[in-house]
Amino acid sequence: MCQDCGCSITEEHSHGHGHDHTTIHDNPQLNDAKTVDVITKILDKNNHEAAHNREHFNKHGVLSINLMSSPGSGKTTLLESLAKAKKLNFNVIEGDLETNNDADRLKAHGVEAYQIQTGSACHLDAFMVHKGLHHVNMENSDVCFVENVGNLVCPASYDVGTHLNVVLISVPEGADKIEKYPVMFRSADLVLITKTDLLPHFDFDVEFVKRSAKKLKPGVDILEISSKDETSIDNFVKWIEYKKAFQ
Amino acid sequence: MHEYSIVQSLLDLCEENAKNNDAQKITKVVVKIGKLSGVEPHLLEIAFETFKEGTICSQSVFEMIHQDVVVHCQSCSAESTLKKNEFLCPRCESTALNIIDGEEMYLMRLEMA
Ligand SMILES: Nc1nc2c(ncn2[C@@H]2O[C@H](COP(=O)(O)OP(=O)(O)OP(=O)(O)O)[C@@H](O)[C@H]2O)c(=O)[nH]1
Ligand SMILES: [Mg+2]
Ligand SMILES: [Zn+2]
Ligand SMILES: [Zn+2]
Ligand SMILES: [Zn+2]
Repeated sequence: MCQDCGCSITEEHSHGHGHDHTTIHDNPQLNDAKTVDVITKILDKNNHEAAHNREHFNKHGVLSINLMSSPGSGKTTLLESLAKAKKLNFNVIEGDLETNNDADRLKAHGVEAYQIQTGSACHLDAFMVHKGLHHVNMENSDVCFVENVGNLVCPASYDVGTHLNVVLISVPEGADKIEKYPVMFRSADLVLITKTDLLPHFDFDVEFVKRSAKKLKPGVDILEISSKDETSIDNFVKWIEYKKAFQ
Repeated sequence: MHEYSIVQSLLDLCEENAKNNDAQKITKVVVKIGKLSGVEPHLLEIAFETFKEGTICSQSVFEMIHQDVVVHCQSCSAESTLKKNEFLCPRCESTALNIIDGEEMYLMRLEMA
């Protein structure tokens, strides 16, 4: 049973998946000692909540995708392009420090979107996403996007309970971003090189970016997209449909 | 600067463990920070020293173990430490690796009184 929301998701995930919850009570020898081996992931609670969120998505047969990038790489624009393409049934949980701008942009396209304002937090965590997912209707959607706070550092440390991570790198940002932010790009299931219509104006070596991504994560998928090129958006839709088929 | 949020989670864990063990205070906190965990150790330490005030850890020493990335190769079974952010087995260059350590952050040990 979900404690925060009263929803009837069972907490199957809380046992037997390799957590080490050793405390003094598990180890009678240590009962009088002052030193206790704990060995718990610092973000253990977040990870439990993330597993809970995934169960929510699974229960509704929704594929959830965490969109991450630095500010302005084109996350919301990509979602707008998807809305225009009308090939996916999706809704969106938006994370920003301030404003409802991004959710409003999507609502203007008829997409159901819920905005989380994180205040000072530079990332979304699983608890914030949990609140958000109870505000969007999962019944009539196939995919739920979580647009994370624009930031190539902090969001990488937090499992928010999505199935897939998509990380964007836009042409104007420069080709060295993958090497500079290894933790973020290690987390990617798909790297999207965005704003490729701007390639003629920038010295951005696409092949170098692809090599960097593969060095860091050998099996990672990579696509090039531009909001001005419908075919490239369709390729992204196909990638999602392919992943959905294996959900 | 999510180091502040991470310290908050760490302090909650310390509080919880102290309670489970009927401890009055925690004198030492040992954490293991993976090189690719996404946390800057120096910032984490500053955050800990700042936020420990008024908590069960107010007098705690903070010790960090810096953990390199350790991989197990599915092809040649070698266990190796990666020297750079290139996910290849240093022995046979296979990319079929299991990550054993270095991408996570753990609370390892507490000393209590
Ligand atoms: N030329 C071009 N511009 C783009 C493309 N995609 C996005 N942009 C522009 O890039 C700017 C930022 O786009 P957003 O979609 O708001 O970026 P974001 O990643 O959602 O930004 P935050 O949510 O603030 O992190 C806007 O001015 C977009 O019009 C593209 O494919 N080509
Ligand atoms: Mg946006
Ligand atoms: Zn719930
Ligand atoms: Zn941050
Ligand atoms: Zn090998």
